[in-house]
Amino acid sequence: MNASLQNFRFPAAPRTPVRTGGKIGPASVPGPVLIPAAETAKVRLNEISLSYRTQTGERLLALDRINLEVRPGEFVCIVGPSGCGKSTLLHLIAGLHHQTAGEILIDNKPVEGPGTDRIMIFQDHGLFPWLTVAQNVEFGLKMKGVAKAEREEKTQHYLRLVHLAKFEKSYIHQLSGGMRQRVAIARALATEPDVLLMDEPFAALDAQTRDLLHDELERIWSDTGSTIIFVTHNVREAVRLGDRVVLLTFRPGRVKSEFSVDRPRPRHLEDPEVALTARGILDELREEINRSLEAEYAAGVKPRIDPGDQA
Amino acid sequence: MKRAARYIIFYGFLFGVWFLLAKLKIWPPYLFPTPWGVWEELYGGFKDHTYWIAIAVSMRRVLLGYLISVVLGMILGLGISGNKFLEETMGGLLVSLQSLPSICWWPLALLWFGLSQNAILFVVIMGSLLSVTLAMEDGRKQMPKIFGQAGRNLGAKGFKLFWYVLLPASLPFIVSGLKQGWAFAWRSLITAEMLYMSMGLGQVLMMGRDFSNMSAVVAVMILIIALGYLVDGVVFKGMERHLQNKWGLAPSV
Repeated sequence: MNASLQNFRFPAAPRTPVRTGGKIGPASVPGPVLIPAAETAKVRLNEISLSYRTQTGERLLALDRINLEVRPGEFVCIVGPSGCGKSTLLHLIAGLHHQTAGEILIDNKPVEGPGTDRIMIFQDHGLFPWLTVAQNVEFGLKMKGVAKAEREEKTQHYLRLVHLAKFEKSYIHQLSGGMRQRVAIARALATEPDVLLMDEPFAALDAQTRDLLHDELERIWSDTGSTIIFVTHNVREAVRLGDRVVLLTFRPGRVKSEFSVDRPRPRHLEDPEVALTARGILDELREEINRSLEAEYAAGVKPRIDPGDQA
Repeated sequence: MKRAARYIIFYGFLFGVWFLLAKLKIWPPYLFPTPWGVWEELYGGFKDHTYWIAIAVSMRRVLLGYLISVVLGMILGLGISGNKFLEETMGGLLVSLQSLPSICWWPLALLWFGLSQNAILFVVIMGSLLSVTLAMEDGRKQMPKIFGQAGRNLGAKGFKLFWYVLLPASLPFIVSGLKQGWAFAWRSLITAEMLYMSMGLGQVLMMGRDFSNMSAVVAVMILIIALGYLVDGVVFKGMERHLQNKWGLAPSV
């Protein structure tokens, strides 16, 4: 395991008043030894590795023995430099790809393929342009074979939840970027999943829309009590939203460190405490970003990393 | 409005030249048909139901053949695009086969099916199957992967995944191939019908030649063009427009 138990220290003497409960420190990194057997984790990753063969024929290790445990109802953010495999990790949890080694457990049951207990929200939303907003939202229910009346009722409910009831008959291209992500959220929620997997969902949005969606997501999260694993490259966003922030290393992706964020909600991106916390994480992230840049420059145009060099 | 005016001017001019040449009587009417001769032929042909029957027979055949092509072509195209080995081998074969005019299958069809409806149907299918297959293969590749992922993520699999996700997702990418397939099917049909006592438009066209009735030949040619254009302009244009509205794509010029 990489230096995942490194100490993280709170930056010295913050001048801004610290709210009660506002504490940050190194969280215990769950390794296979540390996980109590009977603990009820919603999602548990045991020693997940993923390697694949590149077009030039070499084997590339993308994820290296990832261990992660997510409690029911927890909001976990995963940050890391681009190319660390954080999105890939979500695809594995969603069952859209299969890991090379290790085990993913949802409620102690291994993931075998896609399931509507884990719904993914993609960066470019992945909404179906040939369907209306309402048809998109009810899609998962239709696949499940839910009766029409119930489908309609649930669709209405979740559209209201994301404030889009008036747009049920619109097509996707008629909506703004923020509205599209809200439809994607409604579509994901409609199947009533236990776990929401969000893959940089707000990365392509403008700052104001993102703020708004942060608020909405937080509200929906506290209303529905679902477990959220949220991948982002934006550390402030991670601190704004997450109960816990997990930092992955650059290729191969390993858990570098974890930070629990115990600040009272709702937080704001501009809160000095959020900024301070984010800065601490950012310092560590920067090491990884530098490594990724070095790797890219060393390899010329195309980054080419030998996994053996990474230890 | 301007566009309509351009059309009127162009076709008016064309018709005028035709009318003038016919009036000048440079060639005998069995070599150069007159507009009024063709009009009488069309009027008479519809009145005694010859053309109605021929259109019904031809349309029925082409629709059946085209439908079979589309279903087979989609299955083949999806299969090929989903398999690297098939893509490299079959893909190349299909492209080379496309250079074969579909009527080249006629002798083979005769030996297999005899001089029958099925022989015609076979030629029609061979005419359009390749374009549909290639279009589907290409469309599947062009289609953004995220639709398939999102569909599987939301619990669609097997036939449901194909029917509710992959098929509608690939439609904008295959509609031009479907259109091309239709054009090939229609041409193959008329060609095959000309070679066989088939009751279809192709045969009526050949009858015109047999009776040295140039007006009838031209009248049927006009019918064939009009029907082909009608399906293209109404069915496929409508489909394209429908897709553009839903997907918010820029209308193709």
